[in-house]
Amino acid sequence: MAWDRNQMAARAARELQDGWYVNLGIGIPTLVSNYIPEGITVTLQSENGMLGMGPFPHDGEEDADLINAGKQTITELPQTAFFDSAQSFAMIRGGKIAMAILGAMEVSEKGDLANWMIPGKLVKGMGGAMDLVAGVGRVVVVMDHTNKAGESKVLKECILPLTGKRVVDRIITNLGVLDVVPGGLKIVECADGVRETELRAATEATIVE
Amino acid sequence: MKTYDTAQESLQGLLFDGMTIAAGGFGLCGIPELLIAAIRDAGTKNLTVASNNAGVDDFGLGILLHTRQIRKMISSYVGENAEFMRQYLAGELELEFNPQGTLAERMRAGGAGIPGFYTKTGVGTVIAEGKEHKEFDGETYILERGLIADLSIVKAWKADTSGNLVFRKTARNFNPPAATCGKICVAEVEEIVPLGSLDPDGIHLPGIYVHRIVQGQHEKRIEQRTVRRRA
Repeated sequence: MAWDRNQMAARAARELQDGWYVNLGIGIPTLVSNYIPEGITVTLQSENGMLGMGPFPHDGEEDADLINAGKQTITELPQTAFFDSAQSFAMIRGGKIAMAILGAMEVSEKGDLANWMIPGKLVKGMGGAMDLVAGVGRVVVVMDHTNKAGESKVLKECILPLTGKRVVDRIITNLGVLDVVPGGLKIVECADGVRETELRAATEATIVE
Repeated sequence: MKTYDTAQESLQGLLFDGMTIAAGGFGLCGIPELLIAAIRDAGTKNLTVASNNAGVDDFGLGILLHTRQIRKMISSYVGENAEFMRQYLAGELELEFNPQGTLAERMRAGGAGIPGFYTKTGVGTVIAEGKEHKEFDGETYILERGLIADLSIVKAWKADTSGNLVFRKTARNFNPPAATCGKICVAEVEEIVPLGSLDPDGIHLPGIYVHRIVQGQHEKRIEQRTVRRRA
């Protein structure tokens, strides 16, 4: 047993605090908006130039001029504001966004993050991820704990090119939640039905007590 | 007069081989699709194009990759274009990755007379290699250069005949910073309206940055149509 994609998103949603401006990355982080706890109001930023991102449109109401950073059609809300990309990253770099929830390929025990390229194989680009991890108040990573070969993605050192150095605050995986602390990672909780020994076994990074 | 009848005419005398072009748009949203097609038809070669993305295989900047008119791209994300990936991995295309915010700020700074700026973005990554590092208040920053292009091509919703532009929703994206960083800026719009019909308080980009405008029909293709079920 472990958390599935939706349960990871639901767990990540519990990181949100009332009144925050938040940026959600592509993939599982996008699902976080489905689980925003009752009584909490957050404003979602989309780095292509929007604050106050609404849900996906109903069929037939899509607007080619209204998309999120994953290029998906979305809708606006009464509080929505639009702006250009320079302004968008001014608020990101300027520390106005409280938290970013991002996907990852690898995370290290120092909080290094790799999520933008696999040399010789995958050349997509970093998009806004480098700016986000450098600029926002808190960085939470949501990802599977191991890769398809069963190898840990929670490492002593990242092997892939970095998106940012010492930028991750908290890691949420299918096996549990870990915080980046001095000296390594600290287990915050295990996923439902996951024993701490399993979480430790799947983690290459140093775990501090 | 800044208005031209066709995209082709609006680029008359501006194109030359080896030039640098800054293009607005994010994904396929708010891209200058008519001007891109006109550049394809003009056959201008060895282009360096600064644009957040590279279009898809058969639309947007992808059509200039298909014709091999682009020598180098300056972009933050090119994941939607298989032809791009193929040309790049085969060594046929030069690629300079810029973090998205760094690219936007390079354009903004270039247009604002600022030749360089320091940013935290990319410190400790390959992006920082070979760049000046400097400490401010205990934090490390890298120097990034302002970007100036020979030509900017952008897409807006409406223009008045003086070149004042209004964008629509998230189609604004890179268009304003891209417009400002060109020595010449050509804007394609969905509608050119008479002077006085745009609210001066609601102008997104003043006409001083816009040298030529052309009105046309836009396909406005959606890249990831995503909908929810009706309750």
